[in-house]
Amino acid sequence: MNDIQLPAIDYAALLPMLIVFGAACVGILVEAFAPRGWRFVIQVSLTIGGLVAGLVAIIVNRDLEITTIGGAVTVDGPGLFLQGAIIILGIVSLGLIAERRLERGGPFVAEAAHAANSDGDKRQEREPGATEVFPLTLFAIAGMMLFCVSGDLLTMFVALEVFSLPLYLLCGLARRRRLISQEAALKYFLLGAFASAFFLYGVALLYGYAGTVSLTGIREGVLQSEQSGILLAAGLALLAIGLLFKAAAVPFHVWTPDVYQGAPTPVTALMAACTKAAAFGGLLRVFNVAFETTAWDWQPVLATVAILTMVVGSILAVAQTDIKRLLAYSSVANAGYLLVGVVSLNGAVGSSLFYLIAYGFSVLGAFAMVTLVRDSEGEATHLSRWAGLGKGSPLFSALFTFLMLGFAGIPLTSGFTSKFALFSSAWDSDQSVLVIVGVLSSVVLAFPYLKVVVLLWLNPPGEETPTVSVPSMLTRAVIFAGVAVTFVLGVAPSFLLDIVADAGPFLAK
Amino acid sequence: MNAVLLAVLIVPVLGILAVAAGAWAGNRRLGAVLGTVFAGVGLFAAVALGFDHSGRPWTRITEEWVPQLKLSFDIGVDGVSYPLVLLSAFLTFLCCLYTAWKGTERGDALIALLLATNVGMLGVFVSYNLVLFFVFFEIVLLPMFAIIAGWGGPARRRAAVKFALYTLLGSLLLLVGIFVIVTQAGTGDILALTESGGGGLSRGTQLLAFTLLALGLAIKAPLWPLHSWLPDAHTEAPTVGSVILAGVLLKMGTYGLIRVAVGVAPEGARQAAPTLAVLAVVAILVAGLVCLAQTELKRLIAYSSVGHMGFVLLGIATLTQAGLTAALIGNVAHGLITGLLFFLAGSVKDRAHTGELARLGGLREVAPGLSGMLGFAAIASLGLPGLAGFWGEAFAVYAAIQRDQTLWTVLAVLAAIGAALAAAYLLRMLRLVTHGPPGEAVAGMSGTGLRAVEVTSFVPLAAGALVVGLLPFVVQAPIGEAVSGILQAI
Repeated sequence: MNDIQLPAIDYAALLPMLIVFGAACVGILVEAFAPRGWRFVIQVSLTIGGLVAGLVAIIVNRDLEITTIGGAVTVDGPGLFLQGAIIILGIVSLGLIAERRLERGGPFVAEAAHAANSDGDKRQEREPGATEVFPLTLFAIAGMMLFCVSGDLLTMFVALEVFSLPLYLLCGLARRRRLISQEAALKYFLLGAFASAFFLYGVALLYGYAGTVSLTGIREGVLQSEQSGILLAAGLALLAIGLLFKAAAVPFHVWTPDVYQGAPTPVTALMAACTKAAAFGGLLRVFNVAFETTAWDWQPVLATVAILTMVVGSILAVAQTDIKRLLAYSSVANAGYLLVGVVSLNGAVGSSLFYLIAYGFSVLGAFAMVTLVRDSEGEATHLSRWAGLGKGSPLFSALFTFLMLGFAGIPLTSGFTSKFALFSSAWDSDQSVLVIVGVLSSVVLAFPYLKVVVLLWLNPPGEETPTVSVPSMLTRAVIFAGVAVTFVLGVAPSFLLDIVADAGPFLAK
Repeated sequence: MNAVLLAVLIVPVLGILAVAAGAWAGNRRLGAVLGTVFAGVGLFAAVALGFDHSGRPWTRITEEWVPQLKLSFDIGVDGVSYPLVLLSAFLTFLCCLYTAWKGTERGDALIALLLATNVGMLGVFVSYNLVLFFVFFEIVLLPMFAIIAGWGGPARRRAAVKFALYTLLGSLLLLVGIFVIVTQAGTGDILALTESGGGGLSRGTQLLAFTLLALGLAIKAPLWPLHSWLPDAHTEAPTVGSVILAGVLLKMGTYGLIRVAVGVAPEGARQAAPTLAVLAVVAILVAGLVCLAQTELKRLIAYSSVGHMGFVLLGIATLTQAGLTAALIGNVAHGLITGLLFFLAGSVKDRAHTGELARLGGLREVAPGLSGMLGFAAIASLGLPGLAGFWGEAFAVYAAIQRDQTLWTVLAVLAAIGAALAAAYLLRMLRLVTHGPPGEAVAGMSGTGLRAVEVTSFVPLAAGALVVGLLPFVVQAPIGEAVSGILQAI
């Protein structure tokens, strides 16, 4: 009997992911066995502890550059940076997920599957404390980490599902406005399932073309394969659809506003910061490693998608009347800017990574502040309700104004430095058309941000202006982190720019 | 000297903090006074910078900031920037004084915003780094937006948003131009780029860079046909806002054209100069005709700015020693005179509660002091020799004739006709406002004499216009040498 040869496994390289996956599994056991009263404390400490331990492991690994488990995982500079970014953004967004003071029992219910407005659903709306969200979040974060270091397309697909499924579920768990929350979950699930199918079909075609699913194998296959180029083009197109869906690029963005609006705001924040980082981590790796040598074929197409994404995202943002939808379309437009980084290939990897961190923190801060504006119905997200908040809550309005200016790319905020770095490296890579479209669209995009600022400070307060609730330390810490990082990266970005420059290119051997 | 230069930038920031401290202590009046004092100290520091005639920067600070983005904290003053630094500090001080003394509602916040605008404007004038220039250029936008939106007239919100979006569009075009230069030349050092004649960039790249930079700056200047934000913003802004807008903000555009666009892409400037000149002359003529048909006082002065800045742009477009010097003198003169005009228009509107020319009239009989000042300012603005307005405009025309080509001669003649139009519309304004029987709005005016606060704000400006007019070499001396440094590359 032949022994099956096990591939060599470098456990040190996998350690960060193993820690987070392990913590997630322990979290499930805690749900099963720990007494109800203790669960919240245990889960929060376990989740944060797991993530911090994972982060420490990443920092220890920082100089590692290795391909392990038979090519399934490639740990390299950009991969480690992305993992670290996802964990840090994940820790920050946990502050929102664990918030218990704004809403009695937290912003989540226990079961997504109860039919909306049924008796059971109404009962669970009143019950405190669903802690299932913590292991779900951990699984999502671990999946995203794996997604960024996948060495072959099958691992990438598995990672995609591992982080998508918990997110589908998390979207449906909002305590308030159950119906719209469940609608968001279903929409995200159905469209996400489609996208996954496209992705998988693309993998199959690429396997047919190159005879392998490993990214480096495809890179070589491109040079040697005798198969028809149509296989390659079709496979790449289908694969890209799956990835661009997660990245919320036009025309695969239609889910974004609905899901961002319907999902519980802490989950929206998680998706806007971490999922974006993971999706672009995957896109950057796939295009830089597997398809760099065929860049001439796909660059024009992806450039068109980038232009569409920037233009459509910013124009539709102008018309929004709900702050969460506004931020959703702004996130679409930002996906467009990041796509400029993808199209620019190796020259812009560093500045794309920087952009992901800068945008992630700003958007976390913004969504954290959205959770504070409340009335008896829960969060008041319609923009008309925000009119005149500056009168009663000047500090809140000043901080939110600062974040809006950051999104608009005004100097001394991270929005400026990140756009500057991204666009100048894209210009260096001869993507001048994309840069000009990007700059013009960001003028359009400045309008909705400005509109919010005008609304906060200059409009007279409406009849029932919602109040700005006082949150616990957790949400305060998130807001502080968002605002502080937006400012620090705007004033002194050098250290992070050095780190992303040191991360180097993706490992393509 | 370096400490003084830093003080010029930092003192206004301290003033903002003082205002904040005043508000925190619950004494807003004290905050307003402190802010004004700091504005005064800032002016003192600007004067203390002194000047020499070497044509080189006599003070310069260079510190690395973000090398990856080619951003360094590289500031200094030379003959090109010094008059504008003084103008900016001077007008800001007058505006703060006017606000604090007059007891404007939420005056302390307005003073803080004026100081913030001042920091940005001074920063623009002292930057020797392209990216730093852009950072300061953008910083000005927000406080000015807030000044218009918070203290402006009835249609202020629309005007403020229009101002912000226009300016943002301009500054982002500027940003793309900076991308071109910085990525191709590998440095953001403006002086080094000027000395090497554009950092060795090719003709095509320089033309592209110049076009982008000039478009961005022309929106600020403003150059016809990109001027349409200006009348709204000036009309709706509060008096001090209009003074700063017209007096200093527009100069960021023209100064930037000389320092950045011409200085960094001289070859591009040479190719684009005729186009720029034609647009400048169109601006002069169109503004003159529009002003003849204006029915509102502040709007008329706003449109007249478009014409005056047209002369400045024409001077720049000639790319000669005389032309650039004329442009820089014109900058200062326009800052003093239009600043004064907007102060006066504010006083008229305060008293008569309208700016409609048809409802004014006969101011001479009711308020002789005010109408005398208005007459002086209008005559200075139309370019009477012996007053500040004359030198910039006359020498812009002279520089164009000096080019000795048919196109330039035609442009010079047209610009001279435009100067005559300026005389026509300003005299028409005087006839409508000061002469004739008192109009309904004027007859019912209260407090017709000049107040002490008004005298203190008007007289320095009028005196400045007189000094620059009688002794133009006061301004011309430091400018001349520095300008020839920029022109050497062409």
